[in-house]
Amino acid sequence: MTKSYTLKLLTAAALLAASTGLCEAAGKLNVITSTEDLASIANEIGGDRITAEAIAKGYQDPHFVEPKPSFLLKLQKADLLAVVGLQLEIGWLPPLITQSRNSRIQEGNPGYLDMSQFCQVLEIPTMQVTRAMGDVHPLGNPHYWLNPENGRRMAKAFENKFGEFRPADKAFFAERYADFDKRLNEAQKRWDAQMAPYRGRKVITYHRSWPNFCERFGLAVVDYVEPKPGIPPSPVHTLDVINTMKRDNIKLILVEPYFDLRTPNSIAQATGGAVAVLMPSVGGVKEITDYFKLFDYDINLLATALAKSK
Amino acid sequence: MLKRLTILALLVTVARAQDNSELLARMKAMEDRIHALEAEVQSLKGAPVAAAAPAPAPEPLAQAPAPGEAAPVNLGGAGGAASKVLNPDIAVIGDFLGAAGNSAGRPAPALEMHESEAAFQAIIDPYARADFFISFGERGVNLEEGFITFPAVPGGFLLRVGKMRAAFGKVNTLHNHVLPWTDRPLVTQNLVGGEDGINDAGLALSRIIPAPKGLFLEGTAQIFRGDSEGLFQSYRRSDVSTVGHLRAYRDITESTNLDLGASYSRGHSIIGPDVINQLYGVDAALRWKPLRRAIYHSFLGRGEFIWSRIALPSRVTTPFGYYVSGDYQFARRWFAGGRFDRAERLDNLALQQDTGGSLVLTYWPSEFSQIRAQLRRTAYGDNRTANELLFQFQFSIGAHGAHSF
Repeated sequence: MTKSYTLKLLTAAALLAASTGLCEAAGKLNVITSTEDLASIANEIGGDRITAEAIAKGYQDPHFVEPKPSFLLKLQKADLLAVVGLQLEIGWLPPLITQSRNSRIQEGNPGYLDMSQFCQVLEIPTMQVTRAMGDVHPLGNPHYWLNPENGRRMAKAFENKFGEFRPADKAFFAERYADFDKRLNEAQKRWDAQMAPYRGRKVITYHRSWPNFCERFGLAVVDYVEPKPGIPPSPVHTLDVINTMKRDNIKLILVEPYFDLRTPNSIAQATGGAVAVLMPSVGGVKEITDYFKLFDYDINLLATALAKSK
Repeated sequence: MLKRLTILALLVTVARAQDNSELLARMKAMEDRIHALEAEVQSLKGAPVAAAAPAPAPEPLAQAPAPGEAAPVNLGGAGGAASKVLNPDIAVIGDFLGAAGNSAGRPAPALEMHESEAAFQAIIDPYARADFFISFGERGVNLEEGFITFPAVPGGFLLRVGKMRAAFGKVNTLHNHVLPWTDRPLVTQNLVGGEDGINDAGLALSRIIPAPKGLFLEGTAQIFRGDSEGLFQSYRRSDVSTVGHLRAYRDITESTNLDLGASYSRGHSIIGPDVINQLYGVDAALRWKPLRRAIYHSFLGRGEFIWSRIALPSRVTTPFGYYVSGDYQFARRWFAGGRFDRAERLDNLALQQDTGGSLVLTYWPSEFSQIRAQLRRTAYGDNRTANELLFQFQFSIGAHGAHSF
């Protein structure tokens, strides 16, 4: 009786283990990303074969995210972790990865995907970097996702990576990529047409978040509200910015949603300019639910602001 | 014989002549090639090719973009990383302390370079990472921590081996430069071994425990040699000390969270080999940081309550202590806080109670330096009261890895 009971128990356990394994093998790929932009592109390519969730919200400063233990619960079960890289997440992601107890997503393993290696990166320092320059990123500017061409490159990287994890679904991911590529091409034509009248216009930005965006859409960033990256505005530098704007007839200041608007507003008031709060990420406001809507929102806002500030 | 020699000489001469003509031909070809390259360089520089250098037109470079085409795009941004090669992240954090006022007889230098922490951190191999924190005082060096971490041991465990700060409560785990004060609370000084706290060589195993959705539960078990200055001492090899910690964390909203912990530790007391010291602790922290303004405003309220049970040969004594504190960030660079302390201590086997209070103001010129002032009043159990102004300059160079939450 005891033997029979033990045998039944072992059989049940084996069946349960096997079924769990089967479920895992056939289940959706669990993708965690550091930002909502990456999650949006992952969803574009992965469709219903993946689940994608971001750690940082689109309206928070991605440099300063608290490494909360609740994120460990997500990372613990992730099959794939996609990061922006270039030290954007250096202040919070490394301890989360170490404590995740998940070997798949440790740096160097197949489940760790640094998107910066596939993208065009600007502002890579060519000289000795010191903190006298502020909080510079020694590997280049990490805000590269704000060029749709890099969005396309990231989509391709996801297609390849998802295909590695789920070879049976390669054709599905390839089809999704082709569709994304086509829609992005069409959207880019639309965005280019909207921005065409304003190519060459000079702007001020708060932080160095927009080099890829401005290069792609033909805006010239002349100065920054921050005197140096990560250093809060000082009265002397603010006066310099005001003088620059007056001298060069610059009428627009672009600000990220997580910065205080007092200094940009006072600069705008002193120069007769305007402040536009652009969203650097998906999820910055409710209506920006995906990567396309991010550019739709920003370009509509910019085109309107630039038209007004002629 | 002479004929043979003449024929040989003629053959050598002919051969040399042939060699010379070949050499001349080669030199001519090289000269032409040099002219061609010069022309190529000039055309790339945009200058007209010198008329004195007639040469075939340079072939278009395979790398050069065709007219109207965009320049080739370089992908990836790790160029600068090449200089780092495989060196660990290295950082040094300086901690300068000054004190003024009446210290009630306690040793407190007016000015001191209290501690300089050198950190070396890197991934060892695909399976583990290493962290070393070496603290330099003005007169000595101490390995504050040095451990290897295996982040993904089978079974969902995280294993840490080396010398480390024990997971007893919260303050015990923190390095000086991340404390919101210039000092450590009285309860740490009196009951948990002073500034270094429970800090020993050993092994730590921790695991995330399955819990209802949204609740983070983590259990940690640690075993140490049994030597923690001012607290535990190992008299025999079997006199190991142990620490257990249970942490429960939950996000209340996206901006607010609650962090609770319960700790236990046991070791042989510095009083004697047969005296066992047990510590029980609970800690709680409430954090608030609005995500949209995370760099401007935040609040951290924290408290730790610690009971000690020391089994002396004649009796059992149970000193108790706690602190509660609050720190509010009211601008991007400014923080204000306060702390209330109360802790008993064993003084010549008699219990004394110390009570303290502090007001703290902190200014951050940048993420990498801070200036702090702390007004501290402490009423010691021996009826002496200290009123002090402490001030601190902390500064960091290099790449210091992020700390755990």
